[in-house]
This record gives sequence, C-alpha cells and structure tokens, in this order.
Amino acid sequence: MTTKYMDAELVGKRMSSRVRKNTGWKGLFFASTLFGLVVLAVLLIRIFTQGIEYINIDFLMNHLSTDASRAGIMGAILGTAWLMVVVIPVTMVIGVGTAIYLELYAKKGKLQSFIATNISNLAGVPSIVYGLLGLTLFVRALEFGNVILAGGLTLALLVLPIVIVAAQEALRAVPGNLSEASYGMGATKWQTVRRIILPAALPGILTGAILALSRAIGETAPLTVLGIPALLIPFPEGIFDTFTALPMQIYYWTIDASLVAEYANLAAATIIVLLVLLFLLNSIAILIRNKFQQRY
Amino acid sequence: MSTVMTKAINLKLVRNENERSEPEVQKEVVYDTKGLNLWYGETHALKNINMDIKEKEVTAIIGPSGCGKSTYLKTLNRMVELVPIVKTSGQITYKGKNILDKSFRVEDLRTQVGMVFQKANPFPKSIYENIAYGPKIHGIKNKKILDEIVENSLRGAFIWDELKDRLNDNAYGLSGGQQQRLCIARCLAVEPNVILMDEPTSALDPKSTLRIEELVQELKKDYAIVIVTHNMQQAARISDKTAFFLNGEIIEYDKTDHIFNNPADERTGDYISGRFG
Ligand SMILES: Nc1ncnc2c1ncn2[C@@H]1O[C@H](COP(=O)(O)OP(=O)(O)OP(=O)(O)O)[C@@H](O)[C@H]1O
Ligand SMILES: [Mg+2]
Repeated sequence: MTTKYMDAELVGKRMSSRVRKNTGWKGLFFASTLFGLVVLAVLLIRIFTQGIEYINIDFLMNHLSTDASRAGIMGAILGTAWLMVVVIPVTMVIGVGTAIYLELYAKKGKLQSFIATNISNLAGVPSIVYGLLGLTLFVRALEFGNVILAGGLTLALLVLPIVIVAAQEALRAVPGNLSEASYGMGATKWQTVRRIILPAALPGILTGAILALSRAIGETAPLTVLGIPALLIPFPEGIFDTFTALPMQIYYWTIDASLVAEYANLAAATIIVLLVLLFLLNSIAILIRNKFQQRY
Repeated sequence: MSTVMTKAINLKLVRNENERSEPEVQKEVVYDTKGLNLWYGETHALKNINMDIKEKEVTAIIGPSGCGKSTYLKTLNRMVELVPIVKTSGQITYKGKNILDKSFRVEDLRTQVGMVFQKANPFPKSIYENIAYGPKIHGIKNKKILDEIVENSLRGAFIWDELKDRLNDNAYGLSGGQQQRLCIARCLAVEPNVILMDEPTSALDPKSTLRIEELVQELKKDYAIVIVTHNMQQAARISDKTAFFLNGEIIEYDKTDHIFNNPADERTGDYISGRFG
C-alpha cells in the first residue's frame, strides 16, 4: 500500500545545494539590512561631527540672527511646541472619534469599508498636497494667515489618517469577549466603550498618536507651501502668531549655506535637536507600549 | 475521579429525596419559548424551538457541535444580536413579556439574566473592579455598598476565602478555574434571576469543574440556571431537565432522569451513549 516517493539517495544528493541556497538568501537579506544601517550611520556621523559643537545654551535660547555666531533656535523650538498644542487635541479628538465610529458604531457594509479604505489612501497622499489644502483653506479662505493655527491644522490633517488607522487597529485588537461580558451585565454600548474598550485600546491609540506626532514635527513641505518664514520674528505667544518651526529652520539654513558657509553647521546642529526630540517621542511611545501591554 | 463519582451518586440521592419530600411544588415559568426560528444569513440555525424554563431548576442543553446550543442560549439574553446578520421569528416570553419584541430593552433583560461564557473572560482590571463593574454601571457609587456586594458575590461563588487578601490584584493573575468562578461572582453581583452558562467547565480541570458543579447546585436555590454542556455525566449530575438539540431542532426535552434512563427518541439515546456526536 505504501509507495515510497522519497528516494533517500536522491534527497541526500540535493540536500547540499539546498543548504547552500539557504545560506545565500540569508546573506542577501543581511546585506540589505546592512546597507540601510551603513547609510544611516554615515548620515548621523556627518551631522553630529558637523553640528554638535554648535549646540550650547545660547544656541538653544537665542533669537534668530543673520550673524551665525549669535543665531539661536528658541523661536523655532517654540513654534514647533505651539504647533503641537494645535495638532495633539485636534488629532486625538477627531482621529479617535472617527476610529470609534468606524470600528464600533458604523454598520459594517460597503459604505463603511469604502470610507475605511479611503482613509488608508489618504495616509499615502504626499504631504505637499496637504500643504496646498492648508494654504487654500486655512490661510486664504478662512483668512487665518500663515499663523500657528493654520500650520497646526494643516499638520493635523496630514497625520489624521495615521491616527485613525492606528486607533482603529487598537480598538479592533480588544477581544470581543470583554465587551460581551460587559453587554451581558446590561451595560449600554457607551458604557462598554467608555469603561472596557477604550481603556484596553488606549496604549495602542497613544502609541499611534505619538508616532503620528513625530511625523508631524519633522514635516517641512506643507509648511513651505503655507509660506512659513524663517525671519527675524518675535517669539510666538499664541496660536494666532506667526512662527517658524524646526524643520523650516533647517531648510532655510541649508539653502542659505551657499551665502554664509557657517549656516550649514547651524542646520546640522538644529537637525540634532530635532532628532533628539523625535527620539524622545519614540521612546515615550515604546515605554507606553511596554508598560500597558496587556495579556488578554 | 472516585470522589467525582461518589459526589454524583450523592447528588442523585439528594435529588431523589427532594423529589419525594416536595413533589408538587409549583415552580414559576421564567422563560417560555414558542416557535422560535433563527437564521444567520441563510443558515437556519434554530428551527421551531418550543421550550419552557422554570425557576429554581437547572436546565441542561446537550447536543453535538454546531446544533445551535450556544445560539439558543444567546437568544435568551439577545446577545445573538451582536451578530448583525441574525434574523429571528417566533417569541420568547420572559416573565410574561416577549423579549424578541424590538421595544423590549435589552439592557433590562441582560440585567436580570446573567451569562457565564465558555472561556473565562475577566476584565483586565483588579478582582475588586471586576465584581464592582456590574453594580457600577447600574449606578451604585457608594464605596461601602460596593464593598459589601463584592464580598457577598465572591462568597456566593465560594471563592471569597481564596481571594479576600488579593482583591486589588489583576484578575489575569488567577488560574483558569478561579477566573471562571470570578466570572460567576461577577455575574451574581448584578443580582440576576437567571444565569445562562455556556460550557462553563469545558476548559477546566476535574477539581475546578466539581467546584463549579457544586456552585450550580447551590445557586439553583435562588436562580433559574440554563447550562450548555458536552459532558453527559455533568448534565446527568446537575440538571433537573435536559433538552437534546440536533441540527437546530429540539429532539427531546424532559426531566433529566427520563432523558438519560429511557429517552423517547432513539437519537437521544444514541447521542447520550456516545454512538454519535
Ligand atoms: N456568528 C455566526 N455567523 C454565522 N453562522 C453562525 C454564527 N454562529 C454560529 N453559526 C452557525 O450556527 C449553527 C449553530 O452554532 P452554535 O454556535 O449555536 O452551535 P453549538 O451547538 O453551540 O456548537 P458547539 O457545541 O460547537 O459550541 C452552526 O451551524 C454555526 O455554524
Ligand atoms: Mg457553543
């Protein structure tokens, strides 16, 4: 009854070529990883050697100046901070609200999946397009001008799809048997959402939101479209003030390096500051994820 | 194993004595199901179900996998509605009102009808918060009252002594059997009239199973209990009535003794003796 298809001799003969192939592929994947790492390392080393000696209290605290030795980035830091003041509440409220509606309330059907698909698509739209949207809508139509509110709302729109998708995934990951237990005791939908689903999904939602935030902090293209200057303007004090932001500062110093060579070093120093900020944000995201990671 | 057997025999003796001493006590009908049909989309999962469930009794539902036991149980507290494609016809009266009527508020129903699931599903919260959840959603805020409810519910599920010193620990740190009894305690905290149990012991070891069976015997003094089980001995040990489901139909529904000793339908006998299913 049992025919033997596995010829031991043949199998043995093919074995060594299979093992060799296996090693080859592993090497290829390793090389790809290595390539990325090397490029990244070169970039970081270059920036750090160029910029690190320019970072000191004065550089961090001073106003902007055309004199490279006196120039500081406090204005840009404050501008970026104020942008976050706008971006965080807008993305959290609208983003999480949308995710809750789509994931927990909307009838699962064609319309719901159409909306969900398009939100994912929006996450892939080039950021400069959001810049154009912001320029048309906030700067011109609503006549905000190129102030923090306009910049913040533009960046909020830009990262909203990311927040929505991350929040949807976090909500979806909450096991259904938890909400069943809640409904089973006579809880309403809102009580179940508020007391069971949201707390369980919160770490995932926050992680997504912070990663989206770090994306917003580094964005330059939409801000250039809005016409954000890097001029000698006073420190911003509210959301209706004009402002500059860290990536804008980097951008202008880099293109002006052809006029004043030292600007290139200032740009490198600013990049370090921005990188440290991003690194901090990502660490917080990882901390939250590890601390609240639930075993269901 | 031998203790389980003696236990079973003891229970049986106790029940027989009870039957002899109080044979004519009229028990109130809690649930009356008439001509219930249920579809998941095109799948006709429940076909013309007629069944009444009485207070202070344990009603067991047995039958092969996929025959609609869980579906029927979840219809009794309208949990099936969480599946959007579900359609029902017929009626289920609970204390005189048709619960399938859209005007019947599910929240009211589920407050009076507790459910224990196959897989223990405590909330990722402390033991205390797990029990206090039900009372809290129904508006009880007073800490002293909540403390009392927590203690009474845990006592009711015979798990107070094990857990009283670790009320603030996360419920996920408990063993499977403890989690399941915690879930029963959580269900008691809402003071239901009926408890629906869907294979509550299928994931538990014999010892935990026995404790839950004892608990069921204790609880039936105050509650109507409907329990789905794949364990024939369990159904025989703990239930007063047994319904045999097959392919979405009730083949036989009668006193447990009848079902197990002289079933009217051949298929019931075959299933019980393990010839199929
Ligand atoms: N959510 C659902 N969507 C579609 N069909 C379903 C769904 N849940 C159950 N069914 C179908 O309904 C029928 C009855 O399922 P049910 O879960 O009630 O069986 P069961 O008797 O509890 O089985 P088991 O003993 O395996 O738990 C099955 O044919 C099943 O495939
Ligand atoms: Mg089932």
